[in-house]
Parts: sequence; structure tokens; C-alpha cells
Amino acid sequence: MKFVDEFRDAELGRVLGSEIVAAVDANRHYKVMEVCGGHTHTIYKYGVTDLLPENVELVHGPGCPVCVIPMGRVDDGIAVASQPDVIFTCFGDMMRVPGGNGTLTDAKARGADVRMVYSPLDALRLARENPDREVVFFAIGFETTAPSTALTLKRAKADGVTNFSCFCNHVTIVPPLRALLESPDLRLDGFIGPGHVSTVVGARPFEFIPADYGKPVVVSGFEPLDLLQSVYMVLRQLGEGRCEVENQYRRVVPYDGNPAALAVLAEVFELRPHFEWRGLGFISHSGLKLSPAYADFDAELRFDVPGIRVADPKACQCGEVLKGVIKPWECKVFGTACTPERPIGTCMVSSEGACAAYYNYGRYAHERAAV
Amino acid sequence: MPVEQRTEEHVLGLIERVQAKGLRFRDEQITMAHGAGGKATLTLIEGLLAPAFGLTELADSAVVGDVAVTTDSFVVKPIRFPGGSIGGLAVNGTVNDLAVGGARPLALTLSLVLEEGLPAEDLRAEVEAIAAAAAAAGIAVVGGDTKVVERGRCDSMYVTTTGIGRVDPRAQLAPGSVRPGDRILVSGPIGEHGTAIMLARGEFELDAPVESDTRSLWPAVDTLLDAAGPALRCLRDATRGGVASVLNEIARASGVAVTVREADVPVPAAVAGACEILGIDPMYVANEGTLVAFVAPAGADDALAALRRVPGCEGAAAIGEVKDDPPGLVLVETSFGGRRVMDLLVGDPLPRIC
Repeated sequence: MKFVDEFRDAELGRVLGSEIVAAVDANRHYKVMEVCGGHTHTIYKYGVTDLLPENVELVHGPGCPVCVIPMGRVDDGIAVASQPDVIFTCFGDMMRVPGGNGTLTDAKARGADVRMVYSPLDALRLARENPDREVVFFAIGFETTAPSTALTLKRAKADGVTNFSCFCNHVTIVPPLRALLESPDLRLDGFIGPGHVSTVVGARPFEFIPADYGKPVVVSGFEPLDLLQSVYMVLRQLGEGRCEVENQYRRVVPYDGNPAALAVLAEVFELRPHFEWRGLGFISHSGLKLSPAYADFDAELRFDVPGIRVADPKACQCGEVLKGVIKPWECKVFGTACTPERPIGTCMVSSEGACAAYYNYGRYAHERAAV
Repeated sequence: MPVEQRTEEHVLGLIERVQAKGLRFRDEQITMAHGAGGKATLTLIEGLLAPAFGLTELADSAVVGDVAVTTDSFVVKPIRFPGGSIGGLAVNGTVNDLAVGGARPLALTLSLVLEEGLPAEDLRAEVEAIAAAAAAAGIAVVGGDTKVVERGRCDSMYVTTTGIGRVDPRAQLAPGSVRPGDRILVSGPIGEHGTAIMLARGEFELDAPVESDTRSLWPAVDTLLDAAGPALRCLRDATRGGVASVLNEIARASGVAVTVREADVPVPAAVAGACEILGIDPMYVANEGTLVAFVAPAGADDALAALRRVPGCEGAAAIGEVKDDPPGLVLVETSFGGRRVMDLLVGDPLPRIC
């Protein structure tokens, strides 16, 4: 595939791998967090860690948008989906995220009309095609997906579509990062910044990380060579004693973001005072809801949403796993109350999460970590 | 540090004890995931069905004396798709389940469940497709049954085929016979059927020249039995769940590790492109005319050369080999130069959003 395979070139990967080996201090252990779930996926899919020296560790961050949705919000979504006349739409990978009462796939099996869509526009099309039904879109994701929800709502409003609404679970990227960085026991040396989010918000919002917390950030693309180059750039900053935001993904990310997308976000959404994150608890100003101008499209106002809150068991230590303070097996609920079949925290929900990978691949993952 | 290591050892031991107990079917209801060919399907089969009937060795077809028997239902939607339709698929699916069991297909029976309102023209077309596929595969349709259900109680038509075949004396196949060192072959490019169906459903507004690979695999099996003889250890039809699921099943059944070289797996450009856009790994996408063969090293080169001379199998390839460690796992050597575990599919192969 042209314009894709070039960024997956194994020979260039080997060259970058040896540059990285030359750039590291053999007596130091480096922990670099890739914030975005898309990066985690690339690292896993291509085996990127195999090209890194053993003292460079990649820590998977909180940026998987489906994994961070708390159980109570999934249960709320199921409650809306189970109401008569509702067609409940969501992205495919949201369908298997468990709440306190099963997944949306389970709700579908119980008779709820749950449908997978690729775009919120598909949900709006369903609303037009089914004027006697209420079509609800389960909106999730960071600033990456929020503009497409916003544009869909603008179109619904302009066209006067009355049987369409949005159950909004959009979140913002900076507050959870700040929450992680505020932790006194954080053991991370630098960050791989989220490329897709940055196409919207730009690289500038991450300047607080070097400025306030003294950690380098490199905004990265999603191909394996992008990630290797970004790791190299973080390590070079550390080696040269620099600490700044660098943009590896310049072919897509403007430093100041996409002003048109930011404008539509500001028009359609406003910040919630608090939003709950799976395994991380409540984080201030980290979630979006529909602005008063779009209140007519807010599923939380249109339907009787129970507002279910399923408390994460206190013993869940996702935060510590994410911060690199403990290993998955050191968490008190790992493998007992929290398993891939019945996950509690975000690290166990995604198959690529640190805890799920450790659970599924056990000794093999352990041996690799020890190599 | 020793204390920590003991603790980790303890946790790993706990997990391994749970996993060694095998899969238990504890779901409260059936979801679409139980039909997707991944972990949920396996749980249903190994946790409920196999123990109920005392089945220990599960394969694509069962053997009674020297007769192989298999049964399969087809509920594909839409019933017509690029490269085929439900009728031909039903015949080839059953032929292939017999073939990969090392049995020459002889006869099949046919059960049709028809939805009230189905246009007779559609039914006639499918009956013709069944006759044509059976003739091409050299299998006789010897009987059947029809039922009609109310509109909305089935999706156009469902087809169930039950086939019998005679186990070929050349065949000594068993999933548990796979050994470290064995080579792994696929009989052609992968992912075409599943991709053709996904695109034919029209949900993605994607257009790509991909046709189902539905075809009889008996000519390929016949050739492999000749070329490799007893070196041929095991054959699998890589249908639901794709090549990845077949490799996982064998790794589990034989207690071996399977290593796949990603760069050697034949994926047609249009399949690769569609899967890239949809965020799906082609290794998990269904095939309907592609088998996976495990061959002892001594016979592997001859088997591959012979396979490539079979019409429809020109793109056959050696994609990996069997190792002894880590047992039960499938490892992929990625074309980028790293490694990853290729696990059983959990749920439907749903597209990712990120």
C-alpha cells in the first residue's frame, strides 16, 4: 500500500533501532509513556518493543477511549438502549466493553436494538430512515472523534431532525495527563504525545508537561517508524538535557491544531465539572457535554438516564499500573476480582492493556519482560 | 527481590491453574460473539457441547469406521455476494470439512429453511448453484428436507448440508500429531471470503475488487496426500475466525508453539487495503476455499510445489513453522522485525475506532 508501507520499512526500522541503542545510557532505565491507545496498538501489532534496547520501557497510557469509559456509563447506555422504540448506535469496539450489567452486545442479545456504526453521520442517516424511532448515538473518544460528533449535531440541528440524540461521553486529553503528572510517585521519563488528538488540538497544549513537570513530549504518528523515531527523539532530549514539546507527526499535526475543528467543539460542547474515568476516578473538567444550544439533542435530558454509578473496587490499582509504580501482578485484584472476562480497570479492558496482556500471555510476557 | 519473584510466581501459577481447567460455558445468553469463531465459540463447544456428548477430539468432520461425516448450517447475509452465493457455499463448505479430514466427498443431504415471501426466482437460482457446485466437487446430492417459516423468522433462506465421505487410505491426519519442526502451508491468498461479504453488506461505502474464494478443496487435499503422504500431519479449513483461529486451535490441541512469518502470508492487495481501513487483521477474516496444512519438514517442499500446481492454489505459501515453546501460543514475526502473540479472537472481529 503506497504511503503506508514506506512507514513500515523493516530496514529503516533496524537503522533507527541501532540509533536508539547508540543514544541511550546503558546504566540508566528509561520509562516512556505512549499516551494514545492507537500507539499501543501499533507497538503491539508490529512488535516495536523488540527493536528497542532492554533498558527502554514503553508504558501504555490512559488514552484508549473505550477502555476509560466507567462501568456506570455503560450501564446508563444500556438503560437507554433498552427503552422501547430506541435504536442505539455506537462504534464497534464499544460493544464489548463491560459495565456492571454486561456489555452492549449482551443488551442486544436481550432484545435491545443496538447497531454498530462507523461514523455519527451513519447514526443520523438511521434517524432519517426511521422517523418513528428514536436514534441515540453513544459518543465516545477524545478531541479526535468529538469534532465529527459536533458536525453531525450541527447538521441534525440545521436539518431539523428531531428523533436523533447523543449520549455524550467525550473526554479531553490534558486533564488525565495532568492527573498522572500530579502524582508524586510517577516514574516516567517522557511522553509520546497522541498524534490523532493533536491533529485537532495541536501540539501546543502539551507545553505544560515540560514547563511544569520537566518531562519531554514528542507528538507521534501511528506507523511503526513514526513511533521508533519518536522514542529516539525523546531519548535524545533526555541525553542532551533538553525538555520540550517536539512534533514528529508534522505531516499531519499543525502546532496550533485545527481552528475549524476547535471552533465547532466550542460551539457544540461545554466542559462538565467532573467526569469519571475507569480505574482513575473522577477528574475535574475532563469530560464534555452538549452546550445549552444543543440541549435538545442531549440523550441525558431526553431520556430517563438512571445515572448509574458502579464504584471501582477500592483495591483496583490501574492508576499505579499506568504510572509505572507497580506491575500488573502486584495489583491486589489482578487475576482474582479483575480478569479479562470480568475486567475492573482500563488496563484489563483492552486486550492490549498492560494487565490483560500479562494475564493472557503470562509466563511468556514475563520472560520477555525479563530479557 | 526473591520475595517479589515468589509472589509473581504465585500469581502466574494461579492464572495457569485457572486456564488449565479448560473453558467453562457460564454465559447467561447467546450473543453474536458465540457465532464468530473465537473464544466465545470455543467456550460454547468445549464448555457445553463436547462434554455433553463425550467428544474429546474435535475436527472439521467426524470419522465412523472409514466413513467421515460432517454437518454445517449456512446463514450468510446477503445470500448472493461477489464470487458466489449461499447454495454453492453450502456445498463447498461441507465438501471442505470432509476433505480436510482426509476423506473423499461422496454424498450430501440438504435441508432448506425458507422465509415466507422469498422470490421463487431466488430459490431457483440457489438450487441451480447447489447442483452446479455439487457437480464441480464430484459429490452427489442424495436427499433433503424443506421447511417454510413466517416472514421475518429467517433471513431469506438458511441451508444445512450433511455430507459423508470415505477416509482416504493415504491419510493419517490428527490435530494432536503436529510436532515441533513441522512446516505450515496455506493453499492460497487469505481473507477474500470475509472481506467480500463485509463489503457486499454495503455498510462501509467501500468498493474493492474482492471475490469470495468459495471452492472445493478436495483437489488440493488429493494432491497433498499424494505429494506428502504420511508427512502430512493435519489439515484445517480456515473458515470462521480465519487462519489465526486454526493456528490457535492446533497450538492448543498439540501443546506446541506456532510461529508465523507475517511477510510470507499471502494477502491480496485489495483485502489488505480493506482490512487496513476497517482496522481488521486479515488473519482473522474467514475463507471458504483455503486450507492450512501442517507438514513434516521432510515432505514440506514437495507438498508446496505440488499444491501450487492445483488450479486455484497457485498462490500457496509456506507461512511458518511449529516450535516447542511457548506451548499453546501462536507468535507472529512481524514484517517490521518484531514479534507479537496472535491470540484467539474475543468476540466479533469488530472494527476499531482508534
